[in-house]
Amino acid sequence: MAAVVEETVVPETEVPVATDVTFRIRRFLPDVDEDAHWEDYTVALFPTDRVLTALEKIKGELDGTLSFRRSCGHGICGSDAMRINGRNRLACKTLVKDLDIKKPITVEPIKGLPVEKDMIVDMEPFFAAYRQVLPFLIPEGHEPTRERLQSAEDRARFDDTTKCILCAACTTSCPVYWTDGQYFGPAAMVAAHRFIFDSRDSGFEQRLEVLNDKEGVWRCRTTFNCTDACPRGIQVTKAIQEVKRALIFRRV
Amino acid sequence: MQTHTFDVIIVGAGGAGMRAALESSTRARTAVLTKLYPTRSHTGAAQGGMCAALANVEEDNWEWHTFDTVKGGDYLVDQDAAEIMCREAIDAVLDLEKMGLPFNRTPEGRIDQRRFGGHTRNHGEAAVRRSCYAADRTGHMILQTLYQNCIKEGVEFFNEFYVLDLLLNEESGEPVAAGVVAYELATGEIHLFQAKSIVFATGGYGKVWKTTSNAHTLTGDGMGIVWRKGLPLEDMEFYQFHPTGLAGLGVLLTEGARGEGGILRNASGERFMERYAPTIKDLAPRDMVARAMVQEVREGRGAGPNKDYVYLDLTHLPAEQVETKLPDITEFARTYLGVDPITELVPVFPTAHYAMGGVPTNVETEVLRDNEHVVPGLYAAGEVACVSVHGANRLGTNSLLDINVFGRRAGIAAAEYANSVEHVDLPGDPQGATIALVERLRSGTGSERVAAIRKDMQDTMDMNAQVYRTEATLKQALGDVQELKRRFANVSIQDKGTRYNTDLIEAIELGFLLDLAEVTVVSALERKESRGGHAREDYPNRDDVNFMRHTMAYKSTDISGEEYVRLDYKPVVTTRYEPMERKY
Ligand SMILES: Cc1cc2nc3c(=O)[nH]c(=O)nc-3n(C[C@H](O)[C@H](O)[C@H](O)COP(=O)(O)OP(=O)(O)OC[C@H]3O[C@@H](n4cnc5c(N)ncnc54)[C@H](O)[C@@H]3O)c2cc1C
Ligand code: SF4
Ligand code: FES
Repeated sequence: MAAVVEETVVPETEVPVATDVTFRIRRFLPDVDEDAHWEDYTVALFPTDRVLTALEKIKGELDGTLSFRRSCGHGICGSDAMRINGRNRLACKTLVKDLDIKKPITVEPIKGLPVEKDMIVDMEPFFAAYRQVLPFLIPEGHEPTRERLQSAEDRARFDDTTKCILCAACTTSCPVYWTDGQYFGPAAMVAAHRFIFDSRDSGFEQRLEVLNDKEGVWRCRTTFNCTDACPRGIQVTKAIQEVKRALIFRRV
Repeated sequence: MQTHTFDVIIVGAGGAGMRAALESSTRARTAVLTKLYPTRSHTGAAQGGMCAALANVEEDNWEWHTFDTVKGGDYLVDQDAAEIMCREAIDAVLDLEKMGLPFNRTPEGRIDQRRFGGHTRNHGEAAVRRSCYAADRTGHMILQTLYQNCIKEGVEFFNEFYVLDLLLNEESGEPVAAGVVAYELATGEIHLFQAKSIVFATGGYGKVWKTTSNAHTLTGDGMGIVWRKGLPLEDMEFYQFHPTGLAGLGVLLTEGARGEGGILRNASGERFMERYAPTIKDLAPRDMVARAMVQEVREGRGAGPNKDYVYLDLTHLPAEQVETKLPDITEFARTYLGVDPITELVPVFPTAHYAMGGVPTNVETEVLRDNEHVVPGLYAAGEVACVSVHGANRLGTNSLLDINVFGRRAGIAAAEYANSVEHVDLPGDPQGATIALVERLRSGTGSERVAAIRKDMQDTMDMNAQVYRTEATLKQALGDVQELKRRFANVSIQDKGTRYNTDLIEAIELGFLLDLAEVTVVSALERKESRGGHAREDYPNRDDVNFMRHTMAYKSTDISGEEYVRLDYKPVVTTRYEPMERKY
């Protein structure tokens, strides 16, 4: 039995130390502030602490007005996308040890959605775009008594895009989305992909109409910002390309 | 202040709330009030699967599933409810597939199934493949699929609306549901919602503990609101500690990891579960595995610098299997502990996970106000409710099942009731209590801070009311919580604004948590036996003579005006299974 342990790497057992880390946070309180401004906060953190832990500490111990959304705390609910050192990330999935703590760590709200307060943005335009692409199964024919059959290969075809947690990190990293009111944004494309490539779905024509209508897809300039931003590791740009190709050839 | 009128109000947009909404919205005018955007609900964190005896990969039937549920729950399960759940499980899974849920598939293209703790063939012979799953993201897929179908059906959501009070009125001297009061996060405005039926689907209260798999937002609001109305809470001493939380963090690693063949080992590499559950070993029910882990650590066989955890070993499994069947938990271990499960052992320790207790309901999901009577128009489903299908210990996969089966039942029952009655008048000054609560916190000038009180509560609950309890530890926890409640009266918040005031919300949530911590500890103190998730070291055996009964806790006031937790008891419903000793 013990042999099993010897063969495998036993985790390191260093005793971690807390260090002071400074955060430079973009603040905006709608009840009192005219404009957004930067404020610095310093808290003691362990290397394995998340940026979310830091924000919780700042809110709990230094300044209760600091406002941000969060729920699950481990990258699964999509609440806390924000710009950390200029990159869109989830605060709960960004560890202090992966950031340069010699300089203040900047934290700002995601771009392209109206800022309501500190890190809190208006998510409605984002969800509205999602709803427009008909993000639900549109089946054909009679409902079977048992499950619909689907081969493991057909299931794998759209696996990547089922992982989306609607955090908006991709959409709000897209330069086209920032400037163009017509573009659905990458996350909505990911949702479209999820259904277009599901062998059980027959809604292709309906979705095609929506996607062509506002030139929704065609604005994508393949900058790959979205793929880099996605905390779920979804190949967002690839998914958008596949959707475009399906629209051009009118088949999946 | 705005007033809205609906037939049915559903509070909560997790799995239970949205499953209810899909039924109710096609039958009656329905609104869903949720403090989170629906897709942020913690159902999305569920990993391992949802059990149903589909028999897609091996022989199985719902009666075996019922037996496992009853035995897993240490015979405190109401057997009529468990039968319903396990029978309706099959359609519940098939319904989700028809709605589009991308389950993993067998080579024949059917829904694939895997093993899970406590689920067995023919009354305990061997582990059975019963859990329907989508990698280790089953809850995510359920939540997304339900939300997508809510969009399809045009369900009306009020997002980031915090329900803070339940409105009851009286009809012929009996309480009936009349509406709810909600606080809109964006504006700070109070809204009144009048409705004929109200469904609570607000989830659990894991944030009472420090080490937990639960979200920051799982603060037991629904249970707290119902409690403050003088309605009972059932079996609150039964709280589940899941064996495999990432050590020190509590982030969950699904039992599906052991279902795929993962093994628990102590510091010397021994597969210690062989000693505790010789037949099904690592796939014993959670309460037994959690106790075994704590036992190993107490007896000095823990690993790490402080010898305070054990290991989950997946290194013998093919890398491909781990990457494809357990991709998310593999990533959690890599991200948060810097440990790669493919080649390294993962440090794990029990984490506060699931409330078996909650708002008592009957199988129609109607909320009980005592052992016999329901509150007309009031329903509850999901983790907030206690039907009771989980008894003293829930089996893995049975909660995703519970939220689908009883969420659906709640939606139908609430809509049908709404279609058969008129609106009840709202009571006088319906928003008064909520405005007072908000104003007291907003204008408070005390020296206490929310985060400090919350931390102290979580520390004492982890220390004194966790996997193992004794009279002494529980008394310590009770004293601490009562002291924290006094401190809470002196709390103040910094954010005095009206818009997106999360400082205020956290204070309100802490109030609910403190109430629930107290009820949990008082209920645990009085249950002088060990059963399922409630392990009393001073009473190590199950005592069917005195304690084969549900606890019913009520908020009461004594003659001097002091509030206290009054306990009463309710019989367990037994249909076909006589209590036996629990061996695996
Ligand atoms: C990490 C993890 C893994 C799990 N894995 C499994 C598994 O594999 N299988 C299984 O069967 N079970 C699993 N469980 C348990 C299961 O996921 C939960 O018990 C279940 O999802 C709870 O669903 P729910 O709908 O009752 O509540 P939730 O999904 O928690 O939803 C609660 C809803 O209530 C709303 N709400 C709360 N308070 C208020 C308020 N005051 N006003 C308005 N709205 C409010 C929230 O916004 C939210 O929408 C797991 C749990 C965790 C934590
Ligand atoms: S695709 Fe990725 S980045 Fe975009 S919303 Fe989904 S999870 Fe977030
Ligand atoms: S808090 Fe849920 S994704 Fe970060």
